[in-house]
Amino acid sequence: MTGEAILEVRGLTMRFGGFVALDSVDAEVFEGERLGLIGPNGSGKTTMINCVSGALGNYSGTVRFRGRDLGRLKPHQRTRLGIARSFQIPRPFRSQTVRENLAITIEYATGAAGAERDDRAEEVLQSMGLGPRADAISAGLTQIEMRKLELARALAARPQLLISDEAMAGLSSNEVDELLEILFALNESGVTIVMIEHIMRAVMRFSQRIVVLDAGKKIADGEPDAVVADPGVERAYLGD
Amino acid sequence: MTRFWIGAVAVIAAGLLLAMTDIIANSFWFFAAYVVLQYVVLATAWNIMGGYMGYVNFGSAGFFAIGAYTAIVMYNLIKAPLLVMIPLSGVVCGLMGLGMGYLTLRLRGVYFAIGTLALAVVLETLMVNWDYVGGATGAYVIRPREMEPFGDYVKFLTFVMLVLAVIAVAAARWVERAKFGRGLHAIRDDELAAECAGIPTLRLKLIATTLSGFLMGVAGAPFPLYVGFVEPVSAFNLAYAVNAIAMPMIGGTTMWAGPVIGALLLGTAQQIANVTISSELNLLIVGLVLVLFVTLAPEGIVGLVRKYFGRGR
Repeated sequence: MTGEAILEVRGLTMRFGGFVALDSVDAEVFEGERLGLIGPNGSGKTTMINCVSGALGNYSGTVRFRGRDLGRLKPHQRTRLGIARSFQIPRPFRSQTVRENLAITIEYATGAAGAERDDRAEEVLQSMGLGPRADAISAGLTQIEMRKLELARALAARPQLLISDEAMAGLSSNEVDELLEILFALNESGVTIVMIEHIMRAVMRFSQRIVVLDAGKKIADGEPDAVVADPGVERAYLGD
Repeated sequence: MTRFWIGAVAVIAAGLLLAMTDIIANSFWFFAAYVVLQYVVLATAWNIMGGYMGYVNFGSAGFFAIGAYTAIVMYNLIKAPLLVMIPLSGVVCGLMGLGMGYLTLRLRGVYFAIGTLALAVVLETLMVNWDYVGGATGAYVIRPREMEPFGDYVKFLTFVMLVLAVIAVAAARWVERAKFGRGLHAIRDDELAAECAGIPTLRLKLIATTLSGFLMGVAGAPFPLYVGFVEPVSAFNLAYAVNAIAMPMIGGTTMWAGPVIGALLLGTAQQIANVTISSELNLLIVGLVLVLFVTLAPEGIVGLVRKYFGRGR
């Protein structure tokens, strides 16, 4: 892979009591890349995202964003630097409308206010196809709408790196395609994307490169076709 | 000037008129109004944390009492006048609020609420054992008989509390409309999601708890002069904590008008019950009304009005 690493993870280790969730993981994401992050349940994918986004702050190892060590930076500071994430289980601001969900994020993550903020919220609403639901209270959204809002809110922060944590779980195949189109379009516009996903069809279609975690260790890293043909990956998923 | 500020000035002017003249001759009405206004301040202060931010404070009585005890210390030390006591009590309780804000780092939801209750109990124990402020026997504060140009000192105290209530409500209304308030709203909905949306949740929580504590302390500062005698059981009375929660819940927690309406209705009802039935029935009334509202109108009176008369603000 050519280009500069936008995100560089070195020796990332995370323990919960005696359980080692991440064991000295090294990985990088390159500028403009579409990276798939896969692995069996409990392999540490979400833990890794939580370390990168700052939701878990007490990891050891280093996480560098554009060459800068993120150290003990809090999640909101990382968001402002340009790292946005969506949550596996959508966590909208439930008592607020879809538009308000986006407006508050734009206001705090980018500092835009007034008409500028409202215009950008409208822009994100349109690009995500949430326009017709803009004034609905977010607690009442359908699954696909919640997932879209989750991504929309990550986008509202104007990220350079978007980490999508299982945005497609539980969606129909048409809906999966719809979200893939949105992510492709985003990537076109210059956003680097890391996609965590269990739906292999989506990962294979989307990713330029795939990183595989198993039991907290990185076991493969490369072109999608090569990775799925890797005997180690097969063993992790299917057993011996 | 907006409608709100015209209203605020009108309320203060009307209060000034009533306090400076003898239109209302019987000073009982001022004694009663003082208590109701004190609850407007307490309920509004509670709502900044409990309503806007979603952190339930069961320790309002602790803040109120420390406001009162700060005033007693000031009185004992330098015979400080009321207008010096009020801001000082506010600052002391603001700092306490700041401390409580750091509690939110480790405690959420029910555990936070229990923590605040424990804080009030610890503070009460401290006051019981601190002789300088009277310990368990209590402390006397001599209330001046008169205050020009109000005449009766209670009229002056009531007017001061009215001004404090207007200040508290104005502060709550500002919070509600500012970027700060929108940030608190996001914290109430989902703190981690708020943090990941770029909202500095800890800083916002600390500002909110400090402001809330400040206003509660301010509400407690005139208390020693109002009652003339303060002892821990009355200053840390459960009624303050219960009312500070019940009033916003009944009025509605999403808007500044909620705690005001709740305090006016419930506070007045308690004052009437005090005279006509018995002072012991106060909390029973609060309990019954609270149960009714929580089950039938969880968004309070403001919520009911919005539901039946559109979303008018």
